[in-house]
Amino acid sequence: MSMKKNYVVETIRKAQMLELLNRGKRVDERALDQHREITVQTGVIQKANGSAIVTLGDSQVLAGVKIATGAPFPDTPDKGLLVVNAEILPLASPYAEPGPPSEEAIELARVVDRGIRESEMVDLHKLCIVEGKTVYTVFVDVNIMNVDGNLFDATSYAVVCALRTAKMKKYAIENDKVVMKDEETPVPVEKTPVSVTLARFGDKLVVDPNGEEEGAMDMRITITTDDDGNVCASQKGEASTITPAQVLEAADTSIRIGREIRAQLVEATKS
Amino acid sequence: MPEPKKLIGEDGRRLDGRRWDELRPISLEVGVLKNADGSAYINWGKNKIMAAVYGPKEVHPKHQVLPDRALLRTRYHMAPFSVDERKNPAPSRREIEISKVIREALVPAVLVEDYPRTAIEVWVEVLQSDGGSRVAGITAASLALADAGINMRDLVVGCSCGIIDSTVVADLDDTEDKEGSGDMPVAIMPNLNQVTLLQVDGIYTRENFQKAFELAIAKGREVYSMQRDALAKRFFSGEPQPMEESA
Repeated sequence: MSMKKNYVVETIRKAQMLELLNRGKRVDERALDQHREITVQTGVIQKANGSAIVTLGDSQVLAGVKIATGAPFPDTPDKGLLVVNAEILPLASPYAEPGPPSEEAIELARVVDRGIRESEMVDLHKLCIVEGKTVYTVFVDVNIMNVDGNLFDATSYAVVCALRTAKMKKYAIENDKVVMKDEETPVPVEKTPVSVTLARFGDKLVVDPNGEEEGAMDMRITITTDDDGNVCASQKGEASTITPAQVLEAADTSIRIGREIRAQLVEATKS
Repeated sequence: MPEPKKLIGEDGRRLDGRRWDELRPISLEVGVLKNADGSAYINWGKNKIMAAVYGPKEVHPKHQVLPDRALLRTRYHMAPFSVDERKNPAPSRREIEISKVIREALVPAVLVEDYPRTAIEVWVEVLQSDGGSRVAGITAASLALADAGINMRDLVVGCSCGIIDSTVVADLDDTEDKEGSGDMPVAIMPNLNQVTLLQVDGIYTRENFQKAFELAIAKGREVYSMQRDALAKRFFSGEPQPMEESA
């Protein structure tokens, strides 16, 4: 969620940030391609099938996985359901409000969902129980608890960590009926997609903008990459532009930084 | 994973007979609605999209006023009959997201600072949808803005590229979008060489990412010449001026 609220302050701040960036510095002294510290805590909600609290600097999000069974979509009878949703809670920021989701919240949820889905992180075929009839339905809901910039990446990391540690009930088929067992099995995770968001200030791109930077940035670009360094989702945001060369630069940075972050997320969710 | 349906034949042609880098037929008309300050209609493949602009006008509700520039409002909306199965006319989450990215694709081209404390409304109605409706909508919407006489830095034009049968192709249609393995809508300001919209889904190697992205830009430039002709036809009802070499 953008914290762009005070035009005069943002404009002055932006000039200051640009001046710093021209000397290779950022407001919080990070390098241009340095993300904030990531912390991961998994298994925090006992009633969920999987959960994770992730902090990215002062942005804090909680993802919870709930798994049930249900009917598949008619056009994909042999695939389970995976739905990622995100909500910016009113307790997360002085600018957040209760009520129907804002445009920003909808975009956030859809961009994170796209990264997880398109990377084929979860093998949806393995979530099929009886083709056309019964499949596992995996819902990942994300609550934004504290907003300090770059919710796209924080949310994506929380979803990845919650799914990597989530367990679902085994099933058996008895007398043509699906019976759920008490034993559990991990969610069939095949890949670890990593989202990396960059903000553009003038001709400079910086990784993982914090809240202050987000308020003054020209635009942002989020790129999600998979374990093989493939690009699987991207989204440009904010009412400004980026040059074609900068898009390719952002892709290379996302692949490189994504590799570091992936190792960290995998390590934090080892069983 | 089961093999997806074959979308490119032995002869290298796609299901509708196009080559990998070929656009669907496109026609554009500017100034088609009487009441609107500006309007444009686009036929792109089976896409039929009407875009209209109202404004600059007073901002309501007033708390939304921007003191130093115009507020650009956009709505991308699909008619219930525009798709195979009737779409609920209420705005879906998909339409809300697309309305946002369309706004963010158009604002950079508009000299919003020329119209402080006003609203400029851009309505994009998809009457029939095929693949690539958001880029077709943007292409029509920027013509409608120009038709309304709004000061602009450049037109905005879009094209979508993607991957079908592991091959990068231009301008996915409905079937290719649904059955294929990736879609990448891109919008540009062609004369300023700036990207104003980029969305990606699917799995792209670094090489294919660049290939699809650069193809989308090249194809966008092709659509731009049609945009320019459509504007010239509206205002000069004659031959368009020769295009200057762009840098």
